[in-house]
Amino acid sequence: MPFYVSPEQSMKDKADYARKAIARIRSGVVIDCDDGILFIAPNASRALRKFSEIYDRIAFAAVGRYNEFENLRKAGVRYADMTGFAYDRADVTARGLANWYAQVLGTFFTDSPKPYEVEIVVAEVGKTEDDDEIYRITFDGSVADEHGFVVMGGQADQVAGVLKERYSDGMSLSDAFTLAITALAGPGNGDRAELTAAQLEVALLDRGRPHRAFRRLTGARLEALLSEALSGGKKTEAIEDGGAGQSAAEEAAPQAGDGAPDGTNGPNNTNRANGSEGAGDAE
Amino acid sequence: MGADSYAGQFPGVYLSPGTSSFADFLEAAAPGLLPRAPGAAGALPSDGAAALSLARDLPHGTTIVAAACEGGVIMAGDRRATAGNMIMQRNIEKVFRSDEYSAVGMAGAAGVGIELIRLFQVELEHYEKLEGHALSLDGKANRLASLVRGNLGGAMQGLVFVPLFCGYDEDTGVGRIFSYDVAGGRYEEHRFHAIGSGSVFARGSLKKLYRDGMSAEDAVLACMQALYDAADDDSATGGPDVTRRIFPLVATITADGYERLTDDAAGEYARTVIESRLVDPDGPPAPLLPSNGNAAPGALPPR
Repeated sequence: MPFYVSPEQSMKDKADYARKAIARIRSGVVIDCDDGILFIAPNASRALRKFSEIYDRIAFAAVGRYNEFENLRKAGVRYADMTGFAYDRADVTARGLANWYAQVLGTFFTDSPKPYEVEIVVAEVGKTEDDDEIYRITFDGSVADEHGFVVMGGQADQVAGVLKERYSDGMSLSDAFTLAITALAGPGNGDRAELTAAQLEVALLDRGRPHRAFRRLTGARLEALLSEALSGGKKTEAIEDGGAGQSAAEEAAPQAGDGAPDGTNGPNNTNRANGSEGAGDAE
Repeated sequence: MGADSYAGQFPGVYLSPGTSSFADFLEAAAPGLLPRAPGAAGALPSDGAAALSLARDLPHGTTIVAAACEGGVIMAGDRRATAGNMIMQRNIEKVFRSDEYSAVGMAGAAGVGIELIRLFQVELEHYEKLEGHALSLDGKANRLASLVRGNLGGAMQGLVFVPLFCGYDEDTGVGRIFSYDVAGGRYEEHRFHAIGSGSVFARGSLKKLYRDGMSAEDAVLACMQALYDAADDDSATGGPDVTRRIFPLVATITADGYERLTDDAAGEYARTVIESRLVDPDGPPAPLLPSNGNAAPGALPPR
């Protein structure tokens, strides 16, 4: 080994690297409401998903480098199906899965030269809103137990700021959706006009649905929620002040594309035709 | 078999690209979990005769019937499990939802059969979650064939079972039925089929009762009649138990998905059959010749 690098330096470099990569990604929101747990993120691709089903009541959300979080998603499905098969369906829990992801990501962070550039959320819908569990796991394997809502991605602080101000327990699905859209449309994250049904990925862990709770909200249902959110959301105009935020928004798109050197020829690129920005950082 | 012994094997096997098959994954990650009879050196006696007699004394599931109907398919099974001449269970369930648009039933050694169906259910859901879309109906039928083939060793030692698989084909909008042999042979059946010890009688019954394009209600009734006939002549098949309110398990699979009839609804059909049998113990007589032809003897073709 020609040079000595102190552990402090190495950890710091890796953390900076991952943080920088994640800062370029448009935010996504996971928000708890009366009807279940709602997932919303800008995503132009119809094929490369950020949100997906893990098990009966458990879903997975991620932002970052697509091939990395897709790998984690598949591993999570394998872990869940294996646990459920070896024991019982009731024995698969979000807490167990979150801990498992923390182990995996933590090990990667310390052992591999390049950490995973991802931020993931594991959520489990319960019988009531109080029983819902939402965990955020970051690139270094730290786990946070969240209540009410989580914001992933680059503009997390701004988006979370809006949510913190207006979120309350027991919101209806459409209220939660409206709030999430309002928060996401803030500076640096694209403006509201861009948030059309075709540009959004929306999913719900539906509390009232027996057995497999996860479903995607698309088509007419999404259009209806969106038009309600856009018409009822005049009070949110103040958030869309341009200024410094606007330049951040312009920067966000090209950089997110740049962040995907592997995306253009990686194994995950079979769906390239679905959108230029889809393949790498599914931003 | 602690949790950690499986969960501990991360991340390599979990994070490898691999296939979308759960059975393949188990093979790599935890082969001990596969429902597979121990090999020659395993727990079963190496003496063939002793193995067979041991296997015979394990619970066995009996009769399953399936019939295609207008816009879907019906599967029904009796509720008895036997071990030799003993009734092991009166209310066993041998018809399962394999996924939203298919059902699977089994006849034979219940221990391995039901465990294999559990694996098959996870297999279908696993694929759907990893790939983002469900397998085609033929794909599901083929996966089941290869899982059944995995038990060939067990079958040789006497742990014989066969599944019956049916589903609604979303591409063509019809119900389809697949039968299997212990070696994993897959055979598509047309109109109706039955497996298990009472299947000979059930199939004979369905042969007379089945009409092409019959409604789902009529097909359920035909399956009930067939199971009644199977129970009538096969001691291992259980008939409807009115005193304990145990009735055959009936599933309908249509464009609306898998639906299991409630006990009350299945009981209604069973009572209808019993009522009719009070009058006609052998069930509805079939005409000697099709009613649309001329039934007079003179109309028979000359010999």
